[in-house]
Amino acid sequence: MSINVERVWWKPVDKGEKIWIIIALMWAIFLFVMMPWWHYYGKQNPSSETYKVSPEKFQELTNRMIEQYKVGEDAGIPVVAPPPGSDVFLLARQFQWTPVLKFKKGETYRLHLSSMDVQHGFSLQPTNMNFMVLPGYDYVLTMTPTETGTFEVVCNEFCGIGHHAMVGKIIVE
Amino acid sequence: MSASNEAFRTCDVTGFRVHRPAEWLIRVNAVAAVVCVLIGGIYGLLVALTRWPAVHLLDAAWYYRALSGHGLNMLIFWIIFFEVAGLYFGSAVVLNSRIAAPKVGWLAFILMVAGALLVNVSILRGKADVLMTSYPPLKAEPMYYLGVILFAVGALLAVILFFATLVVAKREKTYQGSVPLFTFGLTAAAIIAIFTLAHGAAIYVPTFLWSIGLLPGIDPAIYRTVWWGLGHPSQQINVAAMISIWYLIGTLTVGSKPVNEKVCRGAFLLYILFINLASAHHLLVDPGVSSTWKVWNTSYAMYLAVVASMIHAYTVPAAIELAQRRKGYNKSLFEWLRKAPWGNPAVAGMALSVFVFGFLGGLTGPILGTEQVNIIAHNTYRITGHFHGTVVGGTTLAFMALSYYIVPLIFRRQIAFPKLANLQVWLFGLGVAGLSATMMLAGSYGVPRRHWDIAFSGAPFGVEVNPAAYMWLALMGISAIIAAIGGALYCLIAVVTVFFGKRMDSPKDLTYPVSAPAPDAGTGIAPSL
Repeated sequence: MSINVERVWWKPVDKGEKIWIIIALMWAIFLFVMMPWWHYYGKQNPSSETYKVSPEKFQELTNRMIEQYKVGEDAGIPVVAPPPGSDVFLLARQFQWTPVLKFKKGETYRLHLSSMDVQHGFSLQPTNMNFMVLPGYDYVLTMTPTETGTFEVVCNEFCGIGHHAMVGKIIVE
Repeated sequence: MSASNEAFRTCDVTGFRVHRPAEWLIRVNAVAAVVCVLIGGIYGLLVALTRWPAVHLLDAAWYYRALSGHGLNMLIFWIIFFEVAGLYFGSAVVLNSRIAAPKVGWLAFILMVAGALLVNVSILRGKADVLMTSYPPLKAEPMYYLGVILFAVGALLAVILFFATLVVAKREKTYQGSVPLFTFGLTAAAIIAIFTLAHGAAIYVPTFLWSIGLLPGIDPAIYRTVWWGLGHPSQQINVAAMISIWYLIGTLTVGSKPVNEKVCRGAFLLYILFINLASAHHLLVDPGVSSTWKVWNTSYAMYLAVVASMIHAYTVPAAIELAQRRKGYNKSLFEWLRKAPWGNPAVAGMALSVFVFGFLGGLTGPILGTEQVNIIAHNTYRITGHFHGTVVGGTTLAFMALSYYIVPLIFRRQIAFPKLANLQVWLFGLGVAGLSATMMLAGSYGVPRRHWDIAFSGAPFGVEVNPAAYMWLALMGISAIIAAIGGALYCLIAVVTVFFGKRMDSPKDLTYPVSAPAPDAGTGIAPSL
């Protein structure tokens, strides 16, 4: 069979196609504008505050916070009630979140997340907010709890065979 | 002509001059693809039956092993083996050409088989419990990374062989004018494959060196950034290949021709230019990269690729409607659709592929890739539901549909169990549609992906998961069983056809007819509706 394909690049575009392409393009431009606009106007963004931190340093900062503000223990894990506005450290390691945090409703905290070993996922339930936790990186979430209750922190990045048992707790009073 | 005439046969159905060495390469790659989809499918069923809480089949270690095996065998091995077969078909066969260097093709095949074997053995030995993304510092044994690298080098050689064959065809003037749209789409896929594999090399080679102790460590944030330069564009290879197949199936089954191929080809160009930066949406809730970087890369680049998909969403059905209307199916708005050859599994498979890809997989992609929405979706089952819509309901189903033509034409056998073939595409398509939707629904309650036990056994604190999520997970399990039956039928039909099918002696023996081109109105303009 001889193959002879017409060259198409100078052929005029059909009207139906033209209308559709314009609609698609306008929709894409709308989405394109929406993304930065909502970033500034909507204020529901993931944090972009991040620092390098060694696991040793982060462990030390966490230990210091636990010593200062420890108020009890829950399932063998220290419970900490840091003062509003302070820097709060939540340390991830296979397969545990340390410590349990106690927050006050309506107050703002700077929550630092980092890992001692492998990558973990910070998944706050049942609110359902999800952020990555990497070793060597300090990810700072500035958060203000708006409702009281007990929230679980589920690990949702695979971190080893015991991954499913990695559950932490945040209590808001 | 540098190759002797005996190296060619003339296809009695299509009239193509088929280069026998190319035909053999297509055959072995297609067989390897089916073997991988079978292994990956078994793993997939085990994974789904573990995530159905009432069944919870495997223990934790074997669940993650099966999950690693499922991801690699399906998303990498099955799809790439099939794509390599497709690349040789789209270059050598469709352009009437010899394949540039058959020995390179065999070397590529051997490397890919060796790589796939190493990876599978490593996973089964329990030395690669790192899942498909293998995020460091989780570490697998060196053999695992070596396997991935060997497979990727083989795939790269195959892509280079495709380009070399295009050059040979052009130089030896085996065709006139432009390359056919199918080959053009595959060329787009192959170009994306080159920079995708470059990202793969940039990240897997250092990771391999780290695993044998030559590098002290791999920065996890840099790994994620570069790895997704592999992970996301590789899905765009699949999209480009899948859409090329949609056009090809339209031509084979109803004799369709796009309204204006310039538009389709332009859309493929948009994929090449803009898809890679969109991989930034995998890092939306990561530390390391700034908001400006995330917003810019996910908005402008991704949306231009979305425009490309929107264009295909118009031109693919329009081509088929036009062909059907020219055949006289002009009554009412949808007679062209009703009177499509639905008894042909390639038609039903393609229609389901378009539907599941478009409405479940494709549509949810830009939603989940929004900076704010990603906070509630990242690493939940919604993500898994999204990409089962794209890559399984879309790509895999399109590949299955095309097989019902490729297997008779290339293996010269009649399809075994043609009635089952019809059932096969429907079971698989609807099963995967259910799978994709139920995963997304479960994920909307915060159910994590890649998680052995949402009852969180052994955890210090209990987690109350919304009971609705349990229902969706049960329906997910049932959908998975339906999809798995469809997938098993595909493997059965493929294997029986290839090894025991009745030989084809004349075009009459073709199980599903190749349609004559629809009558040309000469204008290329759609008839008035």
